[in-house]
Amino acid sequence: MSSATALEQAAATTERRRRNYARHYMWFVVPAAVAVLGTILFPWVFTLYVSAFDWRLGSPREFVGFANYTKLFTDERFGFALLRTLYYTALSVVFPLILGLAAALIFNQKFPLRGLARTIFILPMMATPVAVALVWTMMFHPQLGVLNWLLQQVGIPPSMWVYHADSVIPTLVLVEVWHWTPLVMLLLLGGLAALPIDPYEAAKIDGATPLQVFRYITLPLLAPYLVVALIIRTIDALKAFDTIYVITQGGPGSASETINIYLYLQAFAFYNMGYASAVVVVFFALILTLAALLMWTRERVKP
Amino acid sequence: MKRLLSRIGFALSVLLLISPAILIFLWMLSLSLKNELDNTAFPPVFIPSPPTLDNYAEVFARNDFLLYAWNSVIVSFSATFIALLLGVPAGYGIAKMRATRLAGLILIARITPGLSYLIPLFLMFQWLGLTGTLAPIIITHLVITLPIVVWVMISFFEGLPGELEEAALVDGATIWQAFRHVAMPLARPGITVACILSFIFSWNNFIFAVVLAGRETRTLPVAVNNMLTFEQISWGPLSAAALLVTAPVLLLTLLAQKQIVAGLTAGGVKGA
Repeated sequence: MSSATALEQAAATTERRRRNYARHYMWFVVPAAVAVLGTILFPWVFTLYVSAFDWRLGSPREFVGFANYTKLFTDERFGFALLRTLYYTALSVVFPLILGLAAALIFNQKFPLRGLARTIFILPMMATPVAVALVWTMMFHPQLGVLNWLLQQVGIPPSMWVYHADSVIPTLVLVEVWHWTPLVMLLLLGGLAALPIDPYEAAKIDGATPLQVFRYITLPLLAPYLVVALIIRTIDALKAFDTIYVITQGGPGSASETINIYLYLQAFAFYNMGYASAVVVVFFALILTLAALLMWTRERVKP
Repeated sequence: MKRLLSRIGFALSVLLLISPAILIFLWMLSLSLKNELDNTAFPPVFIPSPPTLDNYAEVFARNDFLLYAWNSVIVSFSATFIALLLGVPAGYGIAKMRATRLAGLILIARITPGLSYLIPLFLMFQWLGLTGTLAPIIITHLVITLPIVVWVMISFFEGLPGELEEAALVDGATIWQAFRHVAMPLARPGITVACILSFIFSWNNFIFAVVLAGRETRTLPVAVNNMLTFEQISWGPLSAAALLVTAPVLLLTLLAQKQIVAGLTAGGVKGA
């Protein structure tokens, strides 16, 4: 056998092997895929199925077709929950984005102890939401809370915080902003680090003011990252549950009852499994639509 | 002069940025170190004088706190371990096959609200007779930990040069050997990131355990929340317990902030 054909053969084998390998990599994914099917995909399908039944836990279920969905459309409490969710989400997206951008611009500068300051800044995002929510609850106490004392010191009349229907959602948003501004900051900081240097040097030569540089260079270049942060923040704000549940449980009355809280009550306080499943389906459709819409925006913003 | 002023302004804005984080945690610490009289005083008492550890003693005196802490440890470690076992090879496979659609499926898991898994899983666990054990909580925590691990590992394996594994393959190694002995050791930093993040988000998770846990199987966040419901104004022990719950996570963040930042910016991952 000549050495040339041996080499050719070896090359062919490697090539064949590589192609086979691509298929063999399937087996790396299969165990995880099974777990995902069991814990993520199965619930989706099953929820869809259950949503076609009138099913209170403990009593026999009855097939009702789309009745749960038509009921949803006339359910005033669901409608208000939807509006509250959108209100809560809008506030919980706008403020973290603005504050996160400001923070990212500051942390993008070099200054002593920057690493330490950044670590402290991201602590809220890693802290256990329930634990922190309990401390906020104490701080919101209208008579004994430290926040009203602080307001008093700067001459602002005390607030009822989470104990009044008008102030409860903005107050809960405050907690959400405290928790998740760091994530926005990190995403944008990553974006700032990836920006090209050339436009900045050109602007320096042209004598642009810092504000002009920000408005005409940084902001447009950062736009894709801002959209990513916007998407993530929107989804997370829509899903918010822990802090609202711990601090108000939807109260006072139902003034902070978002879809997630309503869903929880329907499913695990009233055990209306069929109806709650319909809420899940509509809620999930809403999240998917918003996410798709934002993804579409992202495609258009891409440079 | 002007430079000095702008420097002071800058320092102040940094201080302003980090003060909300510092103040909340300090207030938490302060509440946990004061007696009930000082905690409900108005104007508030800021510095505990003298600081007391009574609140912590009270928390530990309830023997169920240790039980719940143990539950949390078991749940978070198991959920993280299983997620690594399944997720690291999966991340590798997806990266190698460039299966973006599979990766997209993982993203959808990130979008889905945690509550929406709970109705079917709750029914299923009841049906299987698993309620009252830790198994349902561990399994549901996979919903959080598995996507985190897979997502972090995909981006990590994609960043590794493929030449070393290819050399191993040409030398006759099987793909499993190439993964196990070449790719995985190289990916150790990525595995660390995935491990830390999935542990933290599993530890912090509330929604799954609040629905699925029985008296004996509560995790710490659920147990601490229950303390609020039963002891309206007993702020000292409550703060002490809250601080104990979140302290491991805060400590981990301080120790591994580099890895955490790297992992979070990779995919904007966050628990359900």
